[in-house]
Amino acid sequence: MDYIDPHIHMVSRITDDYETLSRMGCVAVSEPAFWAGYDRGSVDGFRDYFRQLTEVEPKRAANYGIQLFCWLCINAKEAENVALSREVIAMIPEFLDHPNVLGIGEIGLNKNTKNESIIFLEHLELAIKYEQSILIHTPHLADKYQGTRMILDMLSDDSRIDRDRVLVDHVEEHTIGEVLDRGFWAGMTLYPVSKCTPERAVDMIEMYGPERLMANSAGDWGPSKPTAVPDLIFEMRRRGHSETLIRKIVYDNPIEFFSQSPNFNNHFQSR
Amino acid sequence: MNQRSGSVVFDESFLSVRAKLLEISATLDRVDRAVERGDPLDENAVEQRERVDHAIRLLLSERSDRTENIQRLFSRRYRPNWRTDMAVS
Repeated sequence: MDYIDPHIHMVSRITDDYETLSRMGCVAVSEPAFWAGYDRGSVDGFRDYFRQLTEVEPKRAANYGIQLFCWLCINAKEAENVALSREVIAMIPEFLDHPNVLGIGEIGLNKNTKNESIIFLEHLELAIKYEQSILIHTPHLADKYQGTRMILDMLSDDSRIDRDRVLVDHVEEHTIGEVLDRGFWAGMTLYPVSKCTPERAVDMIEMYGPERLMANSAGDWGPSKPTAVPDLIFEMRRRGHSETLIRKIVYDNPIEFFSQSPNFNNHFQSR
Repeated sequence: MNQRSGSVVFDESFLSVRAKLLEISATLDRVDRAVERGDPLDENAVEQRERVDHAIRLLLSERSDRTENIQRLFSRRYRPNWRTDMAVS
Protein backbone atom coordinates (compact mmCIF):
# COMPACT_ATOMS: atom_id res chain seq x y z
CA MET A 1 0.00 0.00 0.00
CA ASP A 2 1.25 3.48 -0.86
CA TYR A 3 1.62 5.59 2.25
CA ILE A 4 2.93 8.97 3.43
CA ASP A 5 4.93 9.49 6.62
CA PRO A 6 3.82 12.99 7.69
CA HIS A 7 6.56 13.43 10.30
CA ILE A 8 10.05 12.01 9.90
CA HIS A 9 13.51 13.55 10.21
CA MET A 10 15.36 12.09 7.25
CA VAL A 11 18.40 14.35 7.66
CA SER A 12 19.20 12.07 10.61
CA ARG A 13 18.75 8.83 8.70
CA ILE A 14 21.06 6.94 6.39
CA THR A 15 20.39 6.55 2.68
CA ASP A 16 19.56 2.86 3.15
CA ASP A 17 16.48 3.99 5.08
CA TYR A 18 15.18 5.73 1.98
CA GLU A 19 15.49 2.49 0.07
CA THR A 20 13.71 0.57 2.84
CA LEU A 21 10.91 3.14 3.04
CA SER A 22 10.46 3.03 -0.71
CA ARG A 23 10.28 -0.76 -0.71
CA MET A 24 7.63 -0.57 2.05
CA GLY A 25 5.38 1.71 -0.06
CA CYS A 26 6.37 5.16 1.14
CA VAL A 27 5.73 7.70 -1.63
CA ALA A 28 6.18 10.95 0.29
CA VAL A 29 7.39 12.25 3.63
CA SER A 30 7.16 15.57 5.41
CA GLU A 31 10.08 16.65 7.53
CA PRO A 32 9.59 19.27 10.24
CA ALA A 33 12.56 21.31 11.37
CA PHE A 34 13.72 20.07 14.77
CA TRP A 35 16.50 19.94 17.35
CA ALA A 36 19.79 18.65 15.97
CA GLY A 37 20.87 17.11 19.28
CA TYR A 38 22.78 20.26 20.17
CA ASP A 39 21.91 23.96 20.29
CA ARG A 40 22.96 25.80 17.13
CA GLY A 41 24.92 28.97 17.68
CA SER A 42 23.77 31.36 15.00
CA VAL A 43 21.06 32.21 12.51
CA ASP A 44 23.41 31.09 9.74
CA GLY A 45 23.45 27.63 11.30
CA PHE A 46 19.69 27.52 10.76
CA ARG A 47 19.96 28.98 7.28
CA ASP A 48 22.28 26.11 6.33
CA TYR A 49 19.87 23.62 7.93
CA PHE A 50 16.95 25.05 5.94
CA ARG A 51 19.01 24.74 2.75
CA GLN A 52 19.55 21.08 3.63
CA LEU A 53 15.78 20.63 4.08
CA THR A 54 14.81 22.48 0.90
CA GLU A 55 17.64 21.64 -1.50
CA VAL A 56 19.68 18.60 -0.47
CA GLU A 57 17.24 16.23 1.23
CA PRO A 58 14.55 16.32 -1.50
CA LYS A 59 17.16 15.15 -4.02
CA ARG A 60 18.33 12.34 -1.74
CA ALA A 61 14.70 11.22 -1.33
CA ALA A 62 13.91 11.52 -5.03
CA ASN A 63 16.63 8.99 -5.83
CA TYR A 64 14.33 6.41 -4.23
CA GLY A 65 11.06 7.70 -5.67
CA ILE A 66 10.06 9.52 -2.49
CA GLN A 67 8.86 13.13 -2.48
CA LEU A 68 10.15 15.09 0.51
CA PHE A 69 8.32 18.13 1.85
CA CYS A 70 9.35 20.14 4.91
CA TRP A 71 8.34 22.62 7.60
CA LEU A 72 10.49 25.43 8.98
CA CYS A 73 10.95 26.90 12.47
CA ILE A 74 13.27 27.06 15.43
CA ASN A 75 12.28 24.22 17.73
CA ALA A 76 11.09 24.56 21.31
CA LYS A 77 14.31 23.28 22.88
CA GLU A 78 16.25 26.16 21.36
CA ALA A 79 13.49 28.71 22.02
CA GLU A 80 14.99 29.49 25.42
CA ASN A 81 17.41 31.62 23.41
CA VAL A 82 14.83 34.26 22.58
CA ALA A 83 17.19 36.57 20.69
CA LEU A 84 18.37 33.79 18.36
CA SER A 85 14.81 32.55 17.95
CA ARG A 86 13.71 35.95 16.74
CA GLU A 87 16.57 36.10 14.24
CA VAL A 88 15.55 32.69 12.87
CA ILE A 89 11.86 33.64 12.67
CA ALA A 90 12.83 36.79 10.75
CA MET A 91 14.91 34.71 8.32
CA ILE A 92 12.32 31.94 7.62
CA PRO A 93 10.39 33.92 4.93
CA GLU A 94 13.47 33.60 2.69
CA PHE A 95 12.49 29.94 2.25
CA LEU A 96 8.67 29.94 2.27
CA ASP A 97 8.32 30.04 -1.50
CA HIS A 98 10.56 27.01 -1.97
CA PRO A 99 8.53 24.30 -3.74
CA ASN A 100 8.78 21.72 -0.95
CA VAL A 101 7.92 23.97 2.04
CA LEU A 102 4.52 23.19 3.57
CA GLY A 103 4.47 25.65 6.46
CA ILE A 104 5.74 26.45 9.94
CA GLY A 105 6.79 23.56 12.20
CA GLU A 106 7.38 21.70 14.29
CA ILE A 107 6.74 24.52 16.73
CA GLY A 108 5.52 23.84 20.24
CA LEU A 109 6.65 23.44 23.80
CA ASN A 110 9.28 21.27 25.45
CA LYS A 111 9.40 22.07 29.18
CA ASN A 112 6.38 24.41 29.03
CA THR A 113 8.30 27.56 29.95
CA LYS A 114 7.55 31.23 29.47
CA ASN A 115 10.20 31.69 26.75
CA GLU A 116 8.96 28.64 24.85
CA SER A 117 5.44 30.08 24.97
CA ILE A 118 6.59 33.49 23.75
CA ILE A 119 8.43 32.02 20.78
CA PHE A 120 5.52 29.71 20.01
CA LEU A 121 3.23 32.75 19.81
CA GLU A 122 5.70 34.58 17.57
CA HIS A 123 5.76 31.57 15.24
CA LEU A 124 1.96 31.73 15.10
CA GLU A 125 2.23 35.38 14.05
CA LEU A 126 4.62 34.36 11.29
CA ALA A 127 2.26 31.65 10.06
CA ILE A 128 -0.71 34.01 10.09
CA LYS A 129 1.20 36.77 8.28
CA TYR A 130 2.32 34.43 5.49
CA GLU A 131 -0.86 32.26 5.47
CA GLN A 132 1.05 29.10 6.31
CA SER A 133 -0.14 25.75 7.69
CA ILE A 134 1.23 24.83 11.12
CA LEU A 135 2.69 21.58 12.46
CA ILE A 136 2.94 21.39 16.25
CA HIS A 137 5.18 19.34 18.52
CA THR A 138 3.70 18.50 21.91
CA PRO A 139 6.04 17.67 24.81
CA HIS A 140 6.87 14.18 25.95
CA LEU A 141 6.10 12.12 29.04
CA ALA A 142 5.14 14.09 32.17
CA ASP A 143 5.10 17.39 30.29
CA LYS A 144 2.74 16.29 27.52
CA TYR A 145 -0.64 16.87 29.11
CA GLN A 146 0.18 20.29 30.56
CA GLY A 147 2.02 21.40 27.41
CA THR A 148 -0.71 20.24 25.06
CA ARG A 149 -3.34 22.13 27.06
CA MET A 150 -1.15 25.26 27.01
CA ILE A 151 -0.70 24.96 23.24
CA LEU A 152 -4.43 24.50 22.70
CA ASP A 153 -5.07 27.56 24.86
CA MET A 154 -2.73 29.68 22.73
CA LEU A 155 -4.24 28.42 19.49
CA SER A 156 -7.83 28.76 20.65
CA ASP A 157 -7.31 32.26 22.03
CA ASP A 158 -6.41 33.53 18.54
CA SER A 159 -9.44 33.76 16.27
CA ARG A 160 -7.18 34.28 13.23
CA ILE A 161 -5.98 30.65 13.43
CA ASP A 162 -7.64 28.35 10.88
CA ARG A 163 -7.91 25.10 12.82
CA ASP A 164 -8.18 23.05 9.62
CA ARG A 165 -4.61 24.11 8.87
CA VAL A 166 -3.11 23.04 12.21
CA LEU A 167 -1.73 19.56 12.93
CA VAL A 168 -1.08 18.81 16.61
CA ASP A 169 1.40 15.97 16.74
CA HIS A 170 2.43 13.28 19.24
CA VAL A 171 -1.08 12.93 20.68
CA GLU A 172 -1.70 10.10 23.12
CA GLU A 173 -4.68 8.75 25.02
CA HIS A 174 -4.91 11.70 27.40
CA THR A 175 -4.58 14.45 24.75
CA ILE A 176 -6.16 13.20 21.52
CA GLY A 177 -9.77 13.88 22.54
CA GLU A 178 -9.30 17.56 23.28
CA VAL A 179 -7.24 18.15 20.12
CA LEU A 180 -9.92 16.64 17.89
CA ASP A 181 -12.82 18.14 19.84
CA ARG A 182 -11.38 21.61 19.29
CA GLY A 183 -11.25 21.05 15.54
CA PHE A 184 -7.54 20.51 14.94
CA TRP A 185 -5.83 17.68 13.10
CA ALA A 186 -4.06 15.12 15.29
CA GLY A 187 -0.93 13.06 14.65
CA MET A 188 -0.05 9.86 16.50
CA THR A 189 3.67 9.16 16.74
CA LEU A 190 4.80 5.55 16.84
CA TYR A 191 7.95 5.52 18.89
CA PRO A 192 9.68 2.78 20.84
CA VAL A 193 10.05 4.53 24.19
CA SER A 194 8.46 7.92 24.80
CA LYS A 195 5.32 7.90 22.66
CA CYS A 196 2.92 5.15 21.56
CA THR A 197 2.93 1.71 19.98
CA PRO A 198 1.12 0.74 16.78
CA GLU A 199 -1.32 -1.26 18.90
CA ARG A 200 -2.26 1.74 21.03
CA ALA A 201 -2.49 3.94 17.93
CA VAL A 202 -4.99 1.54 16.37
CA ASP A 203 -6.92 1.57 19.65
CA MET A 204 -7.19 5.35 19.29
CA ILE A 205 -8.37 5.06 15.68
CA GLU A 206 -11.04 2.63 16.84
CA MET A 207 -12.11 4.94 19.69
CA TYR A 208 -12.04 8.29 17.86
CA GLY A 209 -12.56 7.37 14.20
CA PRO A 210 -10.36 8.25 11.24
CA GLU A 211 -11.32 11.89 10.65
CA ARG A 212 -8.45 14.41 10.96
CA LEU A 213 -6.15 11.68 12.26
CA MET A 214 -2.74 10.60 10.95
CA ALA A 215 0.15 8.39 12.06
CA ASN A 216 3.87 9.00 11.76
CA SER A 217 7.21 7.54 12.77
CA ALA A 218 8.99 10.76 13.79
CA GLY A 219 12.12 8.80 12.92
CA ASP A 220 15.18 10.80 13.93
CA TRP A 221 18.68 10.39 15.39
CA GLY A 222 17.36 8.78 18.60
CA PRO A 223 15.81 5.36 19.21
CA SER A 224 13.10 5.32 16.56
CA LYS A 225 11.80 3.17 13.73
CA PRO A 226 11.39 4.82 10.33
CA THR A 227 9.16 1.97 9.17
CA ALA A 228 6.67 2.43 12.02
CA VAL A 229 3.82 3.45 9.69
CA PRO A 230 3.93 0.07 7.90
CA ASP A 231 3.78 -1.48 11.38
CA LEU A 232 0.50 0.40 11.92
CA ILE A 233 -0.79 -0.82 8.54
CA PHE A 234 0.08 -4.38 9.58
CA GLU A 235 -1.73 -4.04 12.92
CA MET A 236 -4.85 -2.58 11.27
CA ARG A 237 -4.93 -5.44 8.76
CA ARG A 238 -4.38 -7.96 11.54
CA ARG A 239 -7.47 -6.62 13.30
CA GLY A 240 -9.52 -6.87 10.12
CA HIS A 241 -9.87 -3.19 9.26
CA SER A 242 -10.68 -2.36 5.64
CA GLU A 243 -8.09 -1.24 3.14
CA THR A 244 -10.18 1.91 2.64
CA LEU A 245 -9.89 2.82 6.31
CA ILE A 246 -6.16 2.07 6.42
CA ARG A 247 -5.56 4.13 3.31
CA LYS A 248 -7.50 7.05 4.79
CA ILE A 249 -5.16 7.17 7.80
CA VAL A 250 -1.84 6.69 6.03
CA TYR A 251 -2.44 8.34 2.64
CA ASP A 252 -5.71 10.23 2.11
CA ASN A 253 -5.61 12.22 5.37
CA PRO A 254 -2.04 13.47 4.93
CA ILE A 255 -2.89 14.56 1.38
CA GLU A 256 -6.07 16.31 2.56
CA PHE A 257 -4.14 18.23 5.22
CA PHE A 258 -1.08 19.00 3.11
CA SER A 259 -3.22 20.13 0.17
CA GLN A 260 -3.98 23.30 2.08
CA SER A 261 -0.37 24.30 1.42
CA PRO A 262 -0.04 25.75 -2.09
CA ASN A 263 3.41 24.23 -2.55
CA PHE A 264 2.01 20.74 -1.99
CA ASN A 265 -0.80 21.22 -4.48
CA ASN A 266 1.61 22.53 -7.06
CA HIS A 267 4.29 19.88 -6.67
CA PHE A 268 2.92 16.62 -5.21
CA GLN A 269 2.65 13.89 -7.84
CA SER A 270 0.41 10.93 -7.01
CA ARG A 271 1.32 7.60 -8.56
CA MET B 1 -15.30 0.10 14.57
CA ASN B 2 -13.49 -2.82 16.24
CA GLN B 3 -15.52 -5.87 15.23
CA ARG B 4 -13.58 -8.45 17.23
CA SER B 5 -15.07 -9.90 20.39
CA GLY B 6 -13.55 -9.28 23.81
CA SER B 7 -12.75 -12.98 24.04
CA VAL B 8 -10.78 -12.90 20.83
CA VAL B 9 -8.88 -9.77 21.88
CA PHE B 10 -8.11 -11.23 25.28
CA ASP B 11 -7.03 -14.58 23.91
CA GLU B 12 -4.62 -13.08 21.40
CA SER B 13 -3.19 -10.71 24.04
CA PHE B 14 -2.96 -13.11 26.97
CA LEU B 15 0.66 -14.17 26.59
CA SER B 16 1.77 -10.60 25.98
CA VAL B 17 -0.11 -9.33 29.04
CA ARG B 18 1.31 -12.17 31.12
CA ALA B 19 4.84 -11.30 30.03
CA LYS B 20 4.37 -7.60 30.81
CA LEU B 21 2.96 -8.39 34.27
CA LEU B 22 5.98 -10.58 34.97
CA GLU B 23 8.28 -7.71 33.93
CA ILE B 24 6.55 -5.41 36.40
CA SER B 25 6.56 -7.93 39.21
CA ALA B 26 10.22 -8.77 38.62
CA THR B 27 11.13 -5.08 38.68
CA LEU B 28 9.27 -4.48 41.95
CA ASP B 29 10.89 -7.61 43.44
CA ARG B 30 14.32 -6.28 42.40
CA VAL B 31 13.60 -2.99 44.13
CA ASP B 32 12.37 -4.72 47.29
CA ARG B 33 15.42 -6.98 47.47
CA ALA B 34 17.67 -3.92 47.31
CA VAL B 35 15.66 -2.24 50.08
CA GLU B 36 15.84 -5.41 52.19
CA ARG B 37 19.62 -5.34 51.84
CA GLY B 38 19.54 -2.02 53.72
CA ASP B 39 19.44 0.43 50.81
CA PRO B 40 16.21 2.43 51.35
CA LEU B 41 14.54 4.37 48.55
CA ASP B 42 15.31 8.07 48.41
CA GLU B 43 12.53 10.66 48.40
CA ASN B 44 12.22 10.75 44.62
CA ALA B 45 12.09 6.97 44.32
CA VAL B 46 9.46 6.75 47.07
CA GLU B 47 7.29 9.20 45.14
CA GLN B 48 7.80 7.23 41.93
CA ARG B 49 6.95 3.99 43.69
CA GLU B 50 3.76 5.48 45.08
CA ARG B 51 2.69 6.53 41.62
CA VAL B 52 3.39 3.05 40.24
CA ASP B 53 1.27 1.59 43.06
CA HIS B 54 -1.48 4.08 42.16
CA ALA B 55 -1.25 3.03 38.50
CA ILE B 56 -1.61 -0.61 39.48
CA ARG B 57 -4.77 0.27 41.39
CA LEU B 58 -6.08 2.04 38.27
CA LEU B 59 -5.42 -1.14 36.29
CA LEU B 60 -7.79 -2.96 38.62
CA SER B 61 -10.64 -0.52 37.97
CA GLU B 62 -13.61 -1.70 35.91
CA ARG B 63 -13.59 1.28 33.53
CA SER B 64 -12.42 1.24 29.90
CA ASP B 65 -10.40 4.46 30.21
CA ARG B 66 -7.54 3.02 32.30
CA THR B 67 -4.87 4.12 29.82
CA GLU B 68 -6.01 7.74 29.80
CA ASN B 69 -6.18 7.77 33.59
CA ILE B 70 -2.70 6.31 33.96
CA GLN B 71 -1.37 8.86 31.45
CA ARG B 72 -2.85 11.64 33.57
CA LEU B 73 -1.38 10.12 36.74
CA PHE B 74 2.10 10.43 35.23
CA SER B 75 1.50 13.98 33.98
CA ARG B 76 2.29 17.38 35.40
CA ARG B 77 -0.78 19.36 36.37
CA TYR B 78 -2.31 21.86 33.94
CA ARG B 79 -3.20 25.23 35.42
CA PRO B 80 -5.87 27.09 33.41
CA ASN B 81 -4.49 30.47 34.49
CA TRP B 82 -0.94 29.69 33.35
CA ARG B 83 -0.78 32.69 30.98
CA THR B 84 -1.40 35.09 33.85
CA ASP B 85 1.03 33.26 36.14
CA MET B 86 3.77 33.32 33.51
CA ALA B 87 2.92 36.79 32.23
CA VAL B 88 2.53 35.50 28.68
CA SER B 89 0.14 37.82 26.86
